[in-house]
Amino acid sequence: MSVQELEKKQTPQQAALGPVGWLRWAWRTLTSMKTALILLFLLALGSVPGSLVPQRGVEPDKVARIYEQNPTLAEWYDRFQLFEVFTSVWFAAIYLLLFTSLIGCIIPRTAVYLRELRRRPPAAPKRLSRLPHSASFEGELGVEEAARRLRRMRFRVSTGDGWVSAEKGYLRETGNLVFHVALLGILLAIGAGSLYGYRGNVLVVEGDGFANTVAAYDRFMPGSQVSAESLEPFSFTLDKFDVAYQVTGDKRGQALDYTAHLKVNDSPQAPARDYALKVNDPLEIDGTQTYLIGNGYAPVFRVTDGEGQVAFEGAVPCLIEDKATMTSGCVVKVPDAKPGQLGFLLQFLPTSVPLVDGGHASAFPGQINPEVQVLGAFTGDLGLRSGEPQSVYTLAEPEDMKKLKPLLMGTDVPKPLAVGQSVQLPDGLGKLEFTGVKQWITLQTAYDPGRLPALLSAAAAVVAIALSLMIRRRRVFVRVGEGRVEVGGLTRTEGSAAGFTEEFAEIVQVLSAGDKDVR
Amino acid sequence: MSAEQLAEVSDQFVVAAVLLYVVAMVAFATDLAFGRVRPGRAVAKAAARQPVAVGAAAPPPGADVLPESASVPATPEPPRFAAVAGTAGLVLAWVGWVANLSAIVTRGLAVDRWPWGNMYEFVVAICFAAVSAFLITQVRHDVRFLGGFVMVTAALGLGLASKVFYTAAGPVVPALDSYWIAIHVSAAIIASGLLTLAGVTGILYLVRGDGPSRLPSRADLERVAHRAIVFAFPLWTFAVIAGALWADRAWGRYWGWDPKEVWSFITWVAYAAYLHAKATAGWKGRAATIVQLVAFGCLLFNLIGVNIFIDGLHSYADVD
Ligand code: HEM
Repeated sequence: MSVQELEKKQTPQQAALGPVGWLRWAWRTLTSMKTALILLFLLALGSVPGSLVPQRGVEPDKVARIYEQNPTLAEWYDRFQLFEVFTSVWFAAIYLLLFTSLIGCIIPRTAVYLRELRRRPPAAPKRLSRLPHSASFEGELGVEEAARRLRRMRFRVSTGDGWVSAEKGYLRETGNLVFHVALLGILLAIGAGSLYGYRGNVLVVEGDGFANTVAAYDRFMPGSQVSAESLEPFSFTLDKFDVAYQVTGDKRGQALDYTAHLKVNDSPQAPARDYALKVNDPLEIDGTQTYLIGNGYAPVFRVTDGEGQVAFEGAVPCLIEDKATMTSGCVVKVPDAKPGQLGFLLQFLPTSVPLVDGGHASAFPGQINPEVQVLGAFTGDLGLRSGEPQSVYTLAEPEDMKKLKPLLMGTDVPKPLAVGQSVQLPDGLGKLEFTGVKQWITLQTAYDPGRLPALLSAAAAVVAIALSLMIRRRRVFVRVGEGRVEVGGLTRTEGSAAGFTEEFAEIVQVLSAGDKDVR
Repeated sequence: MSAEQLAEVSDQFVVAAVLLYVVAMVAFATDLAFGRVRPGRAVAKAAARQPVAVGAAAPPPGADVLPESASVPATPEPPRFAAVAGTAGLVLAWVGWVANLSAIVTRGLAVDRWPWGNMYEFVVAICFAAVSAFLITQVRHDVRFLGGFVMVTAALGLGLASKVFYTAAGPVVPALDSYWIAIHVSAAIIASGLLTLAGVTGILYLVRGDGPSRLPSRADLERVAHRAIVFAFPLWTFAVIAGALWADRAWGRYWGWDPKEVWSFITWVAYAAYLHAKATAGWKGRAATIVQLVAFGCLLFNLIGVNIFIDGLHSYADVD
């Protein structure tokens, strides 16, 4: 192949390697096919830990668990950036080297290719019968006529004294070059996306709204070039969330459809419009996509304190404990309650059924008989005033938890509360009412300016690789004279000979078809 | 027919396909064991070893207990029944193929969606694709020698699907309820079928010595594998990219290094390395075949290992 020839020609002489010589040598080694192959293998090998070790960007909770359970191991993982394989220095080193090698490969190949494009096919060899494919037939065929027929078969043709030489399949190399350039394009698009794009997650309860600002997100992951002003200024409210479940058969309880009914304002001035957000069908506003990625229950509670004041009223998003039945754990914190702060640990059962042992459990993920089991009620300092961020899914830090005074334990409230029911706290400290059920959804908003370039590059890569693998480069020669026509043919690329026998036979047939055109 | 009945019929078609593939395998093996010996490069010396090697790759009943002396006739003229067995194998394979296809179609009718929403359905479809790849190749080139091995692979695959991955017919989760499943998974299935054919051929390449054998020459084996990969690679590329497009609709990003994404990428890189090794670095024969088989290992790991041992967004496999 041309590149190899090129490499051979350029192999540096052993003597006199000055600094420039060494640089040259390094460049040539880097851009040689063998190095590229090794780098390819390294890239594959380097990705393996990325699938075995949890990645911080994908599963932060699992990473945290490793830190808890095995700190030494976690430290070692961290030392080698195994929690962030795909953004690690060493992974970047591999692919940057690979792409440098690729560029080093593409440039000389493009030069060779351009030269070849301009060159006519070479003169026909003397003895065509020595070629891998050859045939001859009796008849008169002028050089011009042979050339014309070959051209009609889309060969590029050159002629000489009594010979025609034709070549076809240049698209193979075109495909190859475009494919490799497209790979570079994908890399650049991904890079652009991570610099200028952002992603954010937010949880929204039915009836609540969301405006696309940095502060509104629960978690915001901006690229380094993203400023707060660059966020698309849309907003929406979640009117209602619908889930359809399979109700019969083996797959009972499996979700069939999720629909979030939104009222969307594309910009602060724009009128509100209805939008049904579904899985696989994001809301798109000017290149910013909003996806429906999760859902759960948010029962509504009212807490009246010891002084008879409503100290809390609202929906409380619960953490899903069991996906199959949507049994969820809820925490209600009431820092404003008097005389003491109140806290509740609760369990939400969307379809509550009694068990033989007297307990209750959820039998179905949809809300057929929603009930709330009181697991505990506490009073004391919840530690909310310390200013440190608190999880909404735990009542208090373990050390604060110890200082709380239990008011009720699970056994004190054997029957779960149905909607409208309430439980009184002892000593006149207040009551908790379960007033209704809402649902929450989690959304991901993503803006990635690299999407379209990446798609175009990827599409180009697929088409190009198909061209480059399917098309064979082949040459056909014809020699005419003294009532005989000799035809010879060869394929110029490894592994592409299969099928050429048939094509060659067809070409010979077209050439020998006398005056009438076979094609 | 009701959906339940259709689902049951589908299961029975799978059983029928397994049986047919097994019988076809025996027929192909008979053809291979008694058919014509083809010369290798180095003549004669490895001849007595061959039947054992064949038996090791695919133990057809009886083949592995063949007395060594009886197995290689000195005369090149094979007995007539060998060719008959070969033809019978082909016919059986086609019938098994129809059963396999019917299993997929009835399943699709039973669940009223594209029948590759979980690991069971997916593996059944890959077996179908691998057998199709073999039968279609067989129409144009004589690759009958591959028959026994493809049949074993397909029978084992279907058996594994029914015994280990079986999932009752039913609807899929909302994330899979998309036309993308037709595009992304179909491409992955066809590519996997072709790559399975290449993998089987690659194993035969390593098993076959350079001596005369009932298998075609190593060069021929290599050519078959190479062709299959040349077809499959763009398809695989397409499947991965279609997956990325789907992920862009479903998960909010087109690439996020989910374990399945990582392993499709690794597989893709490994096959790319194979193609480079052959085309540009000029590796031939053994070295290239080993690269190919490593890549095939990655493909299998992605299909089985990732679905079962690693959980990620792609865990729709429904395997318990
Ligand atoms: C970048 C994104 C994606 C990549 C690289 C990818 C890759 C693959 C690959 C290689 C397979 C082949 C089978 C295997 O080896 O297991 C596959 C199968 C499959 N993919 Fe994807 N995929 C992507 C996104 C998606 C998305 C977004 C969905 C659906 C929401 C999806 C659903 C499936 C299903 C249902 C199968 C077949 C069944 C199974 O393995 O359980 N894929 N994917």
